[in-house]
Amino acid sequence: MKARASVATLIVALLAWTGLVTAQPQLIVGILHIGSIADAGYNQAHAEGIQVMKRNLPEVEVIEVENVPEGADAERVMESMIKRGARLVIPASFGYLEPALRVAQRYPDVKFAHPGGYKRLPNLTTYWASTPEAFYLLGMAAGKVTKTNKVGYVVALPISFFLANVNAFELGARAVNPKVETRVVFTGTFLDPAKEATAANALLDQGADVLGVIVDSPITVVQTAEKRGAYSVGYHYLGAQKFAPKGWISGIAFTWGNLYTRFARQVLDGTFKSENILGSLNDDLLTMAPFGPAVPAEAAGLINAKRQEFAASKAHPFQGPLKDNTGAERLKAGEVFPLTDLGKMNWLVEGVVGQPR
Amino acid sequence: MIAPFVRSLLAGAVVSGTPLLYATLAEVIGQRAGVVNLGLEGVMLVGAVAAFVTTVHTGSAAAGVLAAGLAGAAFNALFAWLVIDRRANQLATGLALMFAGVGLSALVGAPYIGRPITGLVEMPLPGLAGLPVLGPALFVHDALVYAAVPVAIAVRWALFSTRWGLAVRAVGENPVAAFAAGRDPRVLQYQALLLAGLLGGVAGAHLSIGIAKTWAEWMTAGRGFIAVALVIFARWQPLRAVAGALLFGGAISLGLLLQARGLAVSPFVLDMLPYVLSLAVLAASGGTGRHAAPASLGRVFRGSS
Repeated sequence: MKARASVATLIVALLAWTGLVTAQPQLIVGILHIGSIADAGYNQAHAEGIQVMKRNLPEVEVIEVENVPEGADAERVMESMIKRGARLVIPASFGYLEPALRVAQRYPDVKFAHPGGYKRLPNLTTYWASTPEAFYLLGMAAGKVTKTNKVGYVVALPISFFLANVNAFELGARAVNPKVETRVVFTGTFLDPAKEATAANALLDQGADVLGVIVDSPITVVQTAEKRGAYSVGYHYLGAQKFAPKGWISGIAFTWGNLYTRFARQVLDGTFKSENILGSLNDDLLTMAPFGPAVPAEAAGLINAKRQEFAASKAHPFQGPLKDNTGAERLKAGEVFPLTDLGKMNWLVEGVVGQPR
Repeated sequence: MIAPFVRSLLAGAVVSGTPLLYATLAEVIGQRAGVVNLGLEGVMLVGAVAAFVTTVHTGSAAAGVLAAGLAGAAFNALFAWLVIDRRANQLATGLALMFAGVGLSALVGAPYIGRPITGLVEMPLPGLAGLPVLGPALFVHDALVYAAVPVAIAVRWALFSTRWGLAVRAVGENPVAAFAAGRDPRVLQYQALLLAGLLGGVAGAHLSIGIAKTWAEWMTAGRGFIAVALVIFARWQPLRAVAGALLFGGAISLGLLLQARGLAVSPFVLDMLPYVLSLAVLAASGGTGRHAAPASLGRVFRGSS
């Protein structure tokens, strides 16, 4: 017991000593992750963004906490970060919005940045990158590559943002190949690689020769497609290409580094303001992976042309007339579905086989 | 139209059911010796990560399976020490072991996320693989799938046809009587739990290097607990565990397959399918027989000296 106590004292003393000799950081940033930062997926993208920020601003210190459940736990973690001196908090999951709003109200001097949020406070800004345009482009590539005209999508849950992505994908595919249908399987969870593999196999058994994926990490689905000689599109992790040297089409991933650097600079020089930041492929918040060998050069040309049109606002992924997959009209000719309203997209477009709820 | 569906369903049921079967057999052995292990989920995770890490380094899936078995047994030995020697409460210790397994596997596995492996490869069985429908559904799988049912038969043989099995079951029913008959309950429980750890580790290996061919934190996603439930479903019988694992694996597979075929049913409803089906079978089979559960399950043997 005595030995243990003295070791503990020594550690405390060491900590205190290092605390004294290190210069006080100019800014402490706290970030909460819903999962592991080494998930080759959603959380890793946020963590890599923070790493970029640290490289750009070495004077900033980071408190990073993984696997924080949404709800009261998230509130406690944010409060403890603030007590440890954090002046910018990034609760990096959609479900942290309500806890973040509550903590932000209690600490008006601390700044918050929340991904995907639809409510703001003077000290809580929201940011996201709009993905439908990118999914539309991925769909175009898949539409050009598929031979069976069937694409399978393994999706975690039928939530509106994911439905919008699948819809945009199908619309892009049909723009280049009117016969393409997209079949969706929901696994009901963000992380269950074995179930993702089973879902991928079920889709391939139904004749799909291209697989897409919207779960935490694309690795399993991309790998399963490659093993069975099918093509794949990735999401969240550009490195997934190495799992599909033959069948890789392309993929997209969030790249938050420059935005996080900007947030930290704004807090440092007092110019932080609350706004609704919605990035896209046109800026640096979303990155598209290079096309794989399966994509013909002609298709790459078409896709790049469309990308320019999106960038110049000359095209829109959700352009009426559009029907949903029950035949009901959702958009009249000339109407578009605003990309700021994706939270309300609770239907699947004609050509998608699947149940939106 | 129906043949490809049946083929896909059967193949999915067999693959999804395999890790569940190994895990259920693990728990059957432990519970037959009178020990409930709610930490099976953690044992599976330790096995899964050991298999993946070993396969990355050696390139050999066989080495991976071996490492998973050894790691699972070693991790379960910790549980055995706590509940047998330290006489800790089995349920609390099991839950603690689960969380320890989650954390330990996450720590070990973190640098290996995103590492490509070949893993266990499918080996079509000559002759049988050519059968219509059944061939591709049942006989184009990896070695752990083929071994699953023989292992279940072996566990049944060991528990019900050997003197060792008789002694293990006696400990589960009445450790004092077993002790009086000259068998040491503690030694038998240790042996049972080491064997259980081995099978639990192999169950994890099939997830990481067989099905998903990747490592992800907490990738067992609750299968360890499903296996504990399947033990009750199987009435502590290894061969009934085969049926239970197949049924559960089949229900998971069916829900995904029906979605892939475009059935107009909510994915949330299909997600409940395995559980609804389990409830239905439990209701139909009239629940647990009076003598099914080992009588001294969960009790601590305090010796009779």
